[in-house]
Amino acid sequence: MNFDFSDDQKMLRDQARKFLTEKCPPKTVRKVLESDGQYDQALWKQICEMGWTGTAIPEAYGGLGLGHLELCVIAEEMGRVLAPVPFASSVYLATEALLIAGTEEQKKKYLPKLAAGELIGTLALAEGAHPPSPRTIKTTFKGGKLDGVKTPVADGEVADFAVVLARSSDGAGERSLSLAVVDLKGSGVSRRAVKTIDPSRGHAEITFKGASAEALGPAGEGWDLARRVLDRAAVLMAFEQVGGADACLAMAKDYALNRYAFGRQIGSFQAIKHKLAEMYVWNELARSNAFFGAWALSTNAPELPEAAAGARISATDAFHFASKENIQTHGGMGFTWELDCHLYYRRSKQLSLALGASRVWKDRLVNHLEKKNVA
Amino acid sequence: MDFNDTADEAKFRAEVRSWLEANAKPKSAIGFSAENPRYQRNETEALKVAKAWQAKKAAKGYARITWPKEMGGLGGTPMQQVVYNQEESKFDVPSGFFEIGLGMCIPTVTHYASKGVAARFVKPALYGEEIWCQLFSEPSAGSDVAGLRTRAERDGDDWVINGQKIWTSGAHYSDYGILLTRTDPNVQKHSGLTMFYLSMKSPGVEVRPIKQMSGGANFNEVFFTNVRIPDSQRLGNVGEGWKVALTTLMHERLAVGGGQGGTGPDIRELLSLARDTELEDGPAIRNASVRERIAEWYVRGQGLKYTTYRTLTALSKGQVPGPEASIAKVVVAPRMQDLSAFAMDVEDMGGVMTGEESALHGAFQQSYMWAPGLRIAGGTDEILKNIIAERVLGLPGDMRVDKDVPYNKLPTGR
Repeated sequence: MNFDFSDDQKMLRDQARKFLTEKCPPKTVRKVLESDGQYDQALWKQICEMGWTGTAIPEAYGGLGLGHLELCVIAEEMGRVLAPVPFASSVYLATEALLIAGTEEQKKKYLPKLAAGELIGTLALAEGAHPPSPRTIKTTFKGGKLDGVKTPVADGEVADFAVVLARSSDGAGERSLSLAVVDLKGSGVSRRAVKTIDPSRGHAEITFKGASAEALGPAGEGWDLARRVLDRAAVLMAFEQVGGADACLAMAKDYALNRYAFGRQIGSFQAIKHKLAEMYVWNELARSNAFFGAWALSTNAPELPEAAAGARISATDAFHFASKENIQTHGGMGFTWELDCHLYYRRSKQLSLALGASRVWKDRLVNHLEKKNVA
Repeated sequence: MDFNDTADEAKFRAEVRSWLEANAKPKSAIGFSAENPRYQRNETEALKVAKAWQAKKAAKGYARITWPKEMGGLGGTPMQQVVYNQEESKFDVPSGFFEIGLGMCIPTVTHYASKGVAARFVKPALYGEEIWCQLFSEPSAGSDVAGLRTRAERDGDDWVINGQKIWTSGAHYSDYGILLTRTDPNVQKHSGLTMFYLSMKSPGVEVRPIKQMSGGANFNEVFFTNVRIPDSQRLGNVGEGWKVALTTLMHERLAVGGGQGGTGPDIRELLSLARDTELEDGPAIRNASVRERIAEWYVRGQGLKYTTYRTLTALSKGQVPGPEASIAKVVVAPRMQDLSAFAMDVEDMGGVMTGEESALHGAFQQSYMWAPGLRIAGGTDEILKNIIAERVLGLPGDMRVDKDVPYNKLPTGR
């Protein structure tokens, strides 16, 4: 049994934590939150220079050629500090889509630049306030042209290209959808920022009017490919969520030890102790589920869809609980703009929605359990 | 990352498995089921079978893998104990009668009694010839066990015991017990305690089973009326019983589990029930709200399983497991309660029925009735959360109104 990260991976995690603690204090997150900056360019530049964007990209395509376990430990640290950069969009989504579905030519075209941070990519699925599905996707990809509106698209204003899920044939079946990759700076593309609950991560509405695009993966396999990309991203994002949840517990604990009421530390009241103990329990369950996801992702195991769903559901629950109870532990101060509790509360919800809500993942998980014939 | 044994573990696993194959029968597919004959044997019969199995294990050194060879163990590692537990859990063999004695009482006796006394008791306990129980909890001392009242008063070379213990597992078939008593009520509560061991056949000891809300009787009340214990059966110094008790409880925590699969119905059974139960709009397994709940409990269960893997990883590397190992019971027990209640909801009006003729032989109904006990036994949910908060997170202990107050000046309520 060796269900843990290696010493080298733990060393990488420690380096990432040290770097991000120093370079990404809460005021860096706030700066993006309180401006229309979309992301912190200085931080992003340094992250790219260290090669983190190319962690899981093979050396042949200009990456570090490490692997997904290494990416997981970095993701946890990004989540811990709420790094306001397009890492998830570019690395977990766009890069993974190209890795699993790109032609040799597409990989050569995009991956080295993604690794170097010369290009920012994103994935555009949603078309408004309902889940994207073969029944609801209206954007079309026909004759090499994209038409339709995608919103919200994470990092959509700053991304150089997007992988877009669009209708390539009529009908409402899964086979009616395809993936396309489109230059967001090309003609026929317009975009505008949309307001979200977490302005520390930029989102955009992107309108395509006959924008030239090329297919990513075989026609008619868009839905299947999108779900495979989401499975991979779910594991990585679960580590971000676990990192964020852990940070909430640390904040709540610190406050509980230093805030006095009724002549004693509030952390000596059982109401607070039990709340924090529960946070710890949910965080550890989430971490363990994320570990299993990491194993499945890094070994390309057939269990990946189930492991990804488990990691995502568990991490979403943990971060939600930790971020709301962190505010509660801080009392009135927790509700102020000045304290950082709300940064985590915003991000926990943003991440919980970014790859689709838990409701959808739970349904998919039971699909897999049924297929596995667990009963 | 992988889930494989090390070469040594694989070798040990193969040894254990071949021994088990030669000496026991594999479990049937449905582990929890009432069809399993061991749930139907009466206790006397079950005890006989368990003692025979224990003797076999002890002769091979498997009764206590981590004990040194001179104590009858195998001199093995905690990981080897886990490997053994994992393999044994796949076979239909008895379990449960000896864990308290071997896991807690004997290590305490060995630690505090003379070598001769220890030698007298170790082997019979290991071979299942003598069973031990732990006499700590009292009607007025549960979570706050140091508040116990059972008196021990010195009389010549003896101590005279009067009082009552409760929740004593297996007292009715135990041969010996370790007993925590109050020897000085005039000092702070932790300072006036003393530990003894005694024969459960001593005159004045009366054991009465407690009928639980679930209908069974797994625990007892034990009454002590002028029971005489020679001072030679004292464990540790007079007034240092709390320290001795902490040794016992520390051994309890060191006893590592590792058998897979719980004792009650779980996701597999819930999925099977959801498939077979027709709701108003089709099979329950197709119902969105049912699916959502199945997913939640599955994820929680898997989270525990993988947490165990993390603990085993540390053990396998010869390290002390991290604090994450402390979360298990506070998740398991409430999960079992809620999952069982929901399974009964799936059966709707029929969910009230239990017993052999009901769905899954009433497994969910039984576990629904058992779960409240699981949330209390061996540390309540609340105490376990205190432990996580204080020992893992480093939050301060509660304000102690009983601190520095002599035991006999403490308010006692009803």
